[in-house]
Amino acid sequence: MTTTATHHRIPLLRLRVPLPRARMAGALLLALLIAFGWLVPLWHDVSPHHQDLMHTLTPPGAEHLLGTDPLGRSMLGRLTEAVRLSLGLALLSVASAAVPGVVFGVIAGWRPGLVDRSLGLVADVVLALPGLLLVLLLAAIAPGTFWSLYVGIALVLWVEYFRVVRTATRTLISAPQVQCARMLGFGPGYIFRRHLWPELAPEVTTLAAFGASTAVLAVSSLGFVSIGLRPPTAELGLMMTELFPFYQEAPWLLAQPVIMLFLMVLSFQLLAGREPQ
Amino acid sequence: MPPLAMSLLQRVCQAGLVAWVVGTLTFVLTRTLPGDMAYRIAAGRYGHEQVTAAAAEAVRAELALEGSAVQAYLQWFGDLARGDLGRSLVSGQPVAGELQHLLGHSAQLAGVAIVMALLIGVPFGLASGLSRHRLLDRLGLALAVAMRSLPPFVIGLGLIMLFSITLGWLPAAGSGHLTHLWLPAMALALGLAAVSSRVTHHAMARVAASPFYAFARQKGLSARQALYRHGLRNVSVPVVAYLGVQLIYLMEGVVVIESLFAWPGIGHALVHAVVARDVPMIQGTALVLGLGFVLLNALVDLACRGLDPLRQTS
Repeated sequence: MTTTATHHRIPLLRLRVPLPRARMAGALLLALLIAFGWLVPLWHDVSPHHQDLMHTLTPPGAEHLLGTDPLGRSMLGRLTEAVRLSLGLALLSVASAAVPGVVFGVIAGWRPGLVDRSLGLVADVVLALPGLLLVLLLAAIAPGTFWSLYVGIALVLWVEYFRVVRTATRTLISAPQVQCARMLGFGPGYIFRRHLWPELAPEVTTLAAFGASTAVLAVSSLGFVSIGLRPPTAELGLMMTELFPFYQEAPWLLAQPVIMLFLMVLSFQLLAGREPQ
Repeated sequence: MPPLAMSLLQRVCQAGLVAWVVGTLTFVLTRTLPGDMAYRIAAGRYGHEQVTAAAAEAVRAELALEGSAVQAYLQWFGDLARGDLGRSLVSGQPVAGELQHLLGHSAQLAGVAIVMALLIGVPFGLASGLSRHRLLDRLGLALAVAMRSLPPFVIGLGLIMLFSITLGWLPAAGSGHLTHLWLPAMALALGLAAVSSRVTHHAMARVAASPFYAFARQKGLSARQALYRHGLRNVSVPVVAYLGVQLIYLMEGVVVIESLFAWPGIGHALVHAVVARDVPMIQGTALVLGLGFVLLNALVDLACRGLDPLRQTS
């Protein structure tokens, strides 16, 4: 199996093969964004909520590195909070979608039966509606809460892992190497580690990258139409709605959340290492 | 069962699932609303100054807000099955009538966006797929990745800044005149075109490299004749099929873009209904968006079958 490995076949956590350049760039960009969100506040402690009404709409300068918004809040503080929020939610929802998605996918693909059919039905229910609509309806049930967005996004995302992993497992399980391993008496744990996961990992990592970008976009879209998180939370979409009226006086303010959102989604798109979908 | 009937039956089941999911979620929504719903609705109807306990009680009685959950759930679906979507809690008008009006606008926006996306994406993809220049391929990929890294509403903001504020060519928001349609449709179309151009590129490159295409050129057809007679239909199958995948992007985009451009469609109404907690309106708009999604998917299925003779026989 290792002889057929190509450059994009990368087992998670064991990056022996060099990553293609686009993925490297994506990983680097993501690392920079994480550093911006979590490390910058360590040496430059600015509250995203502290108002300084004597200094509103100030351009970037020595005192406020990225300027202040119309309410005199530090844009640096608000952007770091927004990045922490979006990345945190994206990583959390991707992790909690991928783990059950892969586990149930392998079970359903390995042993077709009741589990397969009932989970398939749940997947069909989730896929019946466009994802954002489902997240929006859940967000309407518990407006302005972090957990409703998290549950909605994770619920939409897990289906993709489930379906992809199930289909792949079905073919892999009847492949000669797995048949041999089973006849030699190897247990399911060994077969998963040795034969299934190396084949599934590249698919799962790509899905995870696209899933993270979906999550970031969903949160900002709902924030932008004012049905996601509520002010004074610093959230990229919400910040754009707040700053758009001041576009002509302070274009640099609106540009900041736009650039941040672009870089964040771009990093995940590059990390996916696939044509955009 | 013939494959065509099978795929249509699947779509009918999907439509049923849409109704069940939307109905259940909106029902849960009515049950979990924080605050007193009667007061909220009364405030929406009569204005915040006019809300009295008597007005709230009148609303409570009229809308039967008390009662057991199971009974209410069954009644909820009974109404839905009869096509009775109720009245908007804000305007007091029947939801079905309002939806008809809104649906026209949304369908217009989505239709124009799809056509624009194909007009932008397909020629670009054909050109880059036919040319042997790696540069054009790279440029197309970079543009597509960049476009997909911007959500539709950011593209919309950019278009407003450029065409409305800076150049002053097109109105930023509103409806009623054809010029109002350009910017929102373009905001949706650019993202769709990004993916369509890539799909077209790969399909065209594959067709252009195939033996039958080489034979078409060898027997004396010009580049244009070969493209029209042997290329386009082959390319169109994956492009249309991928349009089906892109419908999710379109539907999600419609909700946000309509709100940004104040386009009086279903998505805009849905966002307003969520903000105002107008549950019958949330149910109606989400239902229409969901069913529209299923219908468009079914149309894409049919189009793929019509375009691809291999699928008709297998």
